Amino acid sequence: MPEKTKPEKSQPENLKSNNTKQTFEPNSRMNTRDPYVSVPNTGAPNTPVKAPEQRSQTKGQPVPFRGGGFAPVSRPWMGFVVFFILIAFLEAGTRIGFISALTMPKPSDVFNTFVELYNSGLLWTHLVPSFTRFVIGAAIGSLMGVSLGIAIGLFSYVRAGLVPLIAALFPVPKIALLPLFVIWFGIDEASKYALIAFGTFTPMVVATYGAVDNVDRGLIRMGQSFNLSWFSIVRKIVLPGAMAGILSGLRIGLAIAIILLVAAEMLGAEYGIGAYILQAGSLYDLERLFTGVAILSILGVLVNSAIGLIEKRVLRWRGV
Amino acid sequence: MDIKLAGIHHTYGDREVLRDINLDIASGQIVCIVGPSGCGKSTLLRLLGGLERPTLGDILQVGNTPEGCLNPLTYVFQDFALLPWRTVAGNISLVLEDHGIGQAESQEIINDVLARCKLSDFADVFPKQISGGMKQRVAIARALAVNPAVMLMDEPLSALDSQTRELLMDDIVSLWTRQPFTAVYVTHNLAEAVRLGHRIVVLSRRPGEIREIVNIDKPLSERRHADPDLEQQQNALWQMMRDEAMAADAELINA
Repeated sequence: MPEKTKPEKSQPENLKSNNTKQTFEPNSRMNTRDPYVSVPNTGAPNTPVKAPEQRSQTKGQPVPFRGGGFAPVSRPWMGFVVFFILIAFLEAGTRIGFISALTMPKPSDVFNTFVELYNSGLLWTHLVPSFTRFVIGAAIGSLMGVSLGIAIGLFSYVRAGLVPLIAALFPVPKIALLPLFVIWFGIDEASKYALIAFGTFTPMVVATYGAVDNVDRGLIRMGQSFNLSWFSIVRKIVLPGAMAGILSGLRIGLAIAIILLVAAEMLGAEYGIGAYILQAGSLYDLERLFTGVAILSILGVLVNSAIGLIEKRVLRWRGV
Repeated sequence: MDIKLAGIHHTYGDREVLRDINLDIASGQIVCIVGPSGCGKSTLLRLLGGLERPTLGDILQVGNTPEGCLNPLTYVFQDFALLPWRTVAGNISLVLEDHGIGQAESQEIINDVLARCKLSDFADVFPKQISGGMKQRVAIARALAVNPAVMLMDEPLSALDSQTRELLMDDIVSLWTRQPFTAVYVTHNLAEAVRLGHRIVVLSRRPGEIREIVNIDKPLSERRHADPDLEQQQNALWQMMRDEAMAADAELINA
């Protein structure tokens, strides 16, 4: 019994090693024809085995790789490198002197001005009202924009009536309307909120109804086929489906809100980043001007990464 | 609950897609609808479930819906129609949420249908993470969760590869054998029709008319892959449809 099992075990191995020979059937047939010659024939399989070697002797070239590029790859440090090189270049240029102090302040001086501003406590005096205006204005604008965008996406009468109106309002420079807003809402904060809200509103409407249009109709039909209520379909299918588009609209809307915030503050505010920049500009104080600009840039980066975080949370299902 | 179609005509604009369809769908049976592409079989299914209104004719529900039925006419779609932002369990709970069912009872239903569709280990994954076959199992589980009177299956296996299709056909057969359900099963695949259908309705090319109704008496559980009886039936169906399919294939889309 153990003797029998041994060849059985070794058989599959033989088969495996024979696999290469199996393709050269003519030779194996010759073997079966005259079993007497089988001993000298053990060398015979060598001749067909040589065939692939011969083939490999004619030199092959590796297939060239052509599939690279185009797919975005995460390189998180690259942004910092660019910032660093740019600032280092400006610092070196202003110190050595090939960039005149009249055209560009030293980045280190800008930083010192920022520290001074922080130490004097004036930073918060400017930042708090600016931030309040930004938050309130952008919140009103994006809430109204998203609501109207959803209404346009869902109701054909609203769409037919309001899409042309939105198209007419979108290209109007909102800053030009500030005097009008001052008359409507008063010289105080309300007119600034209105300006920022109006600026955020139009891109949010357009982004939202575009996103609602792009929700998979098959999913809505599925909801209807299961007798879900209209409100359920909107809340559980349309809104989550449009969320990606709404959030990318929010990126644009909030950037516009920052621009309008500064514009509103330049036109009439005692405190605020915009007022600070305007003041520095009229005194040609480049250090302070750039400090203000840097604060705005940082605000923009922060807002952008905040939206990135929200996207990561809300759109987690896309990443898994 | 039975469904009765009486004199259904349907047109899209000037184009007639369905002509004089009269059909009774008896409860506890799977009725397969086959026909060349563009013959209006998917349209017929949409009419059956009330997603579209027929131009002429009546579609009647005869008899009472079964006990605990939340959605008498329930679809299983070709493209699964799962919400990608909800987990497998969440997709099933979606269709229970509007019916005022308590948390515990709803969880019980979800666990039951997941177990019936062999999905218990996949309750908390997202649709993106599972294969096409698993996604269609989720869609079938979701349909079973509302305890439908009639399941309306629109080419449910057409988006799957042939091996997965075999596996899912076995699953559908075993689901039916354990607890018979009524289904209208639209397909262009005759092998599926002869495996799953108690009755096979053959439609002609557009405008779709009923050409023939074939009854297959062999019990579902005894039908096997490559069964000679079924092959014969399938061939007979193919002979019947071949010329129509060729003519439909040569037609211009918007003519």
